[in-house]
Amino acid sequence: MQKLIQWVDDRLPIVDAWNKHLAKYYAPKNFNVWYFFGSLAMLVLVNQLVTGIWLTMSYNPSAEGAFASVEYIMRDVEWGWLLRYLHSTGASAFFVVVYLHMFRGLMYGSYQKPRELIWIFGMLIYLVLMAEAFMGYLLPWGQMSYWGAQVIVNLFGAIPVIGEDLSLWIRGDYLISGITLNRFFALHVVALPIVLLGLVVLHILALHEVGSNNPDGIDIKKNKDENGIPKDGIPFHPYYTVHDLLGVAVFFFIFFIVVFFFPEMGGLFLEKPNFEPANALKTPAHIAPVWYFTPFYAMLRAVTVDLFGLPAKFWGVVVMGGAIAILFVLPWLDRSPVRSIRYKGWLSKIALAIFAVSFVILGYLGLVPATEGRTMVAQILTVLYFLYFILMPFYTRMEKTKPVPERVTG
Amino acid sequence: MRKLIFGLVFAVLPALGLAAGGAVPLDHIETDHTNKESLQRGVALFTNYCMGCHSMEYARYKRVAEDLDIPVELYEENLIFTGAKIGELMKNSMSKDMAAEWFGAPPPDLTLETRLRGESWVYSYLRGFYKDDSRPLGVNNVVFDNVGMPHVMVDLQGLCAVKPNVGVEASVEPLSGNINNGDLCPQYASEGSMSEAEFSQAMYDLTNFMSYMADPVRVERERLGIFVLIFVAIFFVFAYLLNREYWKDVH
Repeated sequence: MQKLIQWVDDRLPIVDAWNKHLAKYYAPKNFNVWYFFGSLAMLVLVNQLVTGIWLTMSYNPSAEGAFASVEYIMRDVEWGWLLRYLHSTGASAFFVVVYLHMFRGLMYGSYQKPRELIWIFGMLIYLVLMAEAFMGYLLPWGQMSYWGAQVIVNLFGAIPVIGEDLSLWIRGDYLISGITLNRFFALHVVALPIVLLGLVVLHILALHEVGSNNPDGIDIKKNKDENGIPKDGIPFHPYYTVHDLLGVAVFFFIFFIVVFFFPEMGGLFLEKPNFEPANALKTPAHIAPVWYFTPFYAMLRAVTVDLFGLPAKFWGVVVMGGAIAILFVLPWLDRSPVRSIRYKGWLSKIALAIFAVSFVILGYLGLVPATEGRTMVAQILTVLYFLYFILMPFYTRMEKTKPVPERVTG
Repeated sequence: MRKLIFGLVFAVLPALGLAAGGAVPLDHIETDHTNKESLQRGVALFTNYCMGCHSMEYARYKRVAEDLDIPVELYEENLIFTGAKIGELMKNSMSKDMAAEWFGAPPPDLTLETRLRGESWVYSYLRGFYKDDSRPLGVNNVVFDNVGMPHVMVDLQGLCAVKPNVGVEASVEPLSGNINNGDLCPQYASEGSMSEAEFSQAMYDLTNFMSYMADPVRVERERLGIFVLIFVAIFFVFAYLLNREYWKDVH
């Protein structure tokens, strides 16, 4: 065995890679529960890839056969129901862990210098993940698949001059059809997963270059012992590999409760109208995207005024796009001398709390039909969402921060 | 930080209540896929009263026969009228084009109906027909207004002359002791062969069967789920001990 490793290592630096990324990657010893979600996102990614490959073996990507092939998987394919529920629940679980992972970043300032690139790669992952989820949702070819896709693709039509042609180009047809289904299938199972995997590699390479942040936001590399090892660092393997196993167990417990007992999650993970095949002549009474898109959907609907001769829908798309785009520049908006929320002032704490609550309530508002009152609430919350970012350069500089300790506090 | 987490949890809570609600009040039922007698009565009703028009084209006869403990010969003899083989999909003989011509729209496939509309909706709908001469077929439905479907089980239930008490709680008048809304239908235009209790039971069986058809793996899934969760729980114990062993030298 030792000889084999040596033989390979002479030709490919596997020992070096193992040490660099696991056995001698020194991570801060004070990770808390929020630090489980990165490895859990990897776990869910693997789940999506493996179940996805097996689903592809029995799925039929055509307008005539897609819906029936999903039911074929659910009924006639051995363990097909389990593969499909693992995949459909995995999609939602992916967003749950990614949202919590991102929130962790916001709390502990993990996006701050020198981790700007990690944050940007992460945001790109999030963007690709949204595209991946959106295209995957068309594949069952149910009513909500169809009309959800119709609504989202039509958003591109709101762009002046080129909009109509652009949405036509995306659909490949004048309405969502088998052509659209086929290209979404190709993108969902081949193109986007490749991009996603590449971005995950970049995300982790960039992380391992500068090292992990921690709940105190302290740079552990400032305090090294005589061997050049950070005093507050411990090797990722075995300490965090065994530690993450705990997170995996807890995650799986919750995940499998959903998979085996509530696969529809009350219509949140699998929407009821999707149990009816797509019908271009019958619009559902209420079209709602899946829960992980609803905060942005609520922002889109919140914009109700035409401006500068352009329709409200266009400005809605701008707001929605802006809500995601503004996250990219976050590392340059935070001017605080400290990273972690633990040592930031009250203004930052309140701002983050308002931001998180706004986002969640917007998510709720995007799920339910719009009323006048709800639209008004959505408008206020959309403003609050943006204020978190726009005012950040000011409140992070103005407020009085607490002194940051030399060593991590556990 | 703890407050923040609580804040998040409570903000999510209203979203979880979404499944509830809906404009029409319904009679709520709990289906039971382990009740094979009920499912067997349900498949008999479905085959005799529904399958003339509605298919269950994503399911196979054989699976139903096996899951419901019905011998294949018995099933073929009594529950397949089209000459289909036992392994075939449960498509009925009426063509969609003809159906569209006769009814305006083809009767929908019912394999997934309970997952689309909900079990309580289907149960309430089946018990919701009443006489309405303004409609082309002479009947209407309290759950599905201006429904295009005839009351196919009129020979079982009879025809209710007024709107039936679907989704209405029975109440006792405190002074007289009279029970209000105790019956499904206060007044019949024509009598059927079943009593009200028998008909309600029959519609429960039918809904139960449809619910099984929409989600045939439910019993097996929940049975397996218990073992999976037990496994994960045991795994957690070992992971916890392993973690503690390693971390005891981290200070």
